[in-house]
Amino acid sequence: MDIIVCMKMVPDTSETEVRVDSTNKDILKVRLIYTTNEADNYALETALLLKEKLGGTVTLISVGPQKVDEVLRMGLAKGADRAIRLTDELFDKGDAWTTAKALAQAISQNKYDLVLSGCIASDDGYSQIGPTLAALLKIPSAAYVNKVEVLDNTKLRIDRELEGGILERKEISLPALLTIQTGTNTPRYASIIGIKRAGAKPLDVFDAAKLNLDAQALAGLTELDKMYMPKVESKAQFIQGSDDEISDKLATLVKEKAGL
Amino acid sequence: MISLLIEIREGQIKDITYEMLTLAHKLAAAQKQEITSIILSDNCQQYADTIKQYSHKIICVEDPLLANFNTQVYLPVLSNIINDTKPNLFLIASSGFGTDLAPYLAASLNLPLITDIFDLELNPDNMLARRSMYGGKINADIISKSLPAIATVRVGSFEKILASNLLIPNLSAEITKLPFLIDPSILEMSKFIEYGEVPTTGIDITKSDILIAVGRGIKEQKNLAAVEKFAQDIGGTLACTRPIIDAGWLPKDRQVGSSGKTVKPKLYIALGISGAFQHISGMKSSENIIAVNKDPEAPIFSVAHYGVVGDLLKILPLLANRINALKG
Ligand SMILES: Cc1cc2nc3c(=O)[nH]c(=O)nc-3n(C[C@H](O)[C@H](O)[C@H](O)COP(=O)(O)OP(=O)(O)OC[C@H]3O[C@@H](n4cnc5c(N)ncnc54)[C@H](O)[C@@H]3O)c2cc1C
Ligand SMILES: Nc1ncnc2c1ncn2[C@@H]1O[C@H](COP(=O)(O)O)[C@@H](O)[C@H]1O
Repeated sequence: MDIIVCMKMVPDTSETEVRVDSTNKDILKVRLIYTTNEADNYALETALLLKEKLGGTVTLISVGPQKVDEVLRMGLAKGADRAIRLTDELFDKGDAWTTAKALAQAISQNKYDLVLSGCIASDDGYSQIGPTLAALLKIPSAAYVNKVEVLDNTKLRIDRELEGGILERKEISLPALLTIQTGTNTPRYASIIGIKRAGAKPLDVFDAAKLNLDAQALAGLTELDKMYMPKVESKAQFIQGSDDEISDKLATLVKEKAGL
Repeated sequence: MISLLIEIREGQIKDITYEMLTLAHKLAAAQKQEITSIILSDNCQQYADTIKQYSHKIICVEDPLLANFNTQVYLPVLSNIINDTKPNLFLIASSGFGTDLAPYLAASLNLPLITDIFDLELNPDNMLARRSMYGGKINADIISKSLPAIATVRVGSFEKILASNLLIPNLSAEITKLPFLIDPSILEMSKFIEYGEVPTTGIDITKSDILIAVGRGIKEQKNLAAVEKFAQDIGGTLACTRPIIDAGWLPKDRQVGSSGKTVKPKLYIALGISGAFQHISGMKSSENIIAVNKDPEAPIFSVAHYGVVGDLLKILPLLANRINALKG
């Protein structure tokens, strides 16, 4: 099975302050550490497990600056066969639609049975690019997948996650696109040998011109107007003091509210 | 015209439908627009009866193949409706169904889409939508460059139409039934089999009056033992955020949030939980919420009644000692 995995590099903002920059169109990027988008690690692991079982190839693809090679090399070190990076100013100017168009154009030049993406990017949180890409490739898709079983060479049986812990089980014919949910599997770490080998694996770079895409084809359908800090309407009563004082007050509070 | 897709799962109209109706009425009043509700089902009448008082028009497409949600089957049906009726705005739930469908539909029709919005303004030639980014740490206003546009609506962003204090006109929608015409080969591409449930270990966190919930701030699996012990000491049950489940540190039935359980205990203690929307939506109705987080700007403090800015790994052992002393 030939599988393509969409990988995005995102800033890790889970434990850092996030501030809007002076353009009001982006966040301040200083001091941020960049990593692979969380869900994409699960998508890659899904691909690697299928390859181990069925043979075939795993190709990684990412739209972004040269820096995303770190994400791609890490994916190659884990066992992917080759990588494609799409880099062009025109890709940065658009929206989710633009990114999906670039991906679709590059992917359609390859042979594939399955395209995987993460279910959501932790920075923009669109949950949009996977199914958009599927529509552009004219293949069926399923979002928020957390289980993939191969029925035969033409069909998958999958579980999708719905609200409240309910799963939707369905069959989908290949070629197809799945967006993979976090927790689907246990993403592996790259081995030392894997990391050594990754450097020799092919990593191709394409710009818009090479993909036959121009500014018009890549124009977004939406536009960011501005970013701003949400108003946190905190009604919380803050308990202050040294750790000891806090613990004293907290213990009294917990005892009262827990009815001990 | 503003159109919306009624969300139905297992024979029930989901609450988000009534939230989308509130948004639609808010916009319709400002813009003098009509509201069209779209029902795709194997049996439309019962749903049409429930919502006709909130819609100017209802479009029904009825067929056994529409008994369950399916993007690939919905796609040609909705594409035809949108092409024929050209609504300014088309609302879909930002749910497991809507997030599967909306991007595919928008891309197929070449229409702008803004996902997971919690507020929206409709202008004569565009829409401006508000949504969050970076796990709720930043908000963004996004504009569609043209209309018709599609938006998916975040669950819990609007009151349900009955509970809203909007003055809504007295409506009784005229119902149009459209034929269901699809190429049967579509069913070969994507077929609904059944709904399933996540296996449980017998613990029901929705039954507990006291929940001690941990998030990624707990750092390591081995730190869970102390929290478990503390929970026992105060007669509570251990719960957690999704990443703790994803890491395999606790079983799925301990998860609080939109893809886990909705809980309403007397006391909810959130330890090292940032307060992402998907988590908060499952616990915000708790009677008393105490949050411990080292980040003073963590969104969890927007729903907490009591807050502690500090390191849970330092505070928890001190707190556990005090509690045991007080219980004496
Ligand atoms: C479709 C979908 C469904 C989802 N469903 C759910 C769901 O049902 N439930 C759910 O919880 N999530 C859900 N999520 C995930 C959700 O978006 C967040 O990623 C998740 O809730 C974050 O969990 P967290 O707060 O544990 O981790 P983080 O966001 O990483 O937060 C960790 C927090 O711990 C604090 N911290 C770190 N160290 C310490 C310390 N020593 N002392 C005190 N504080 C510390 C940090 O400041 C930070 O605020 C869902 C996501 C998607 C896309
Ligand atoms: N720039 C990108 N390059 C490659 N894949 C991407 C990119 N942006 C998004 N994706 C993929 O699309 C998924 C969903 O992203 P989003 O729609 O932005 O939430 C991600 O998990 C990635 O797999």
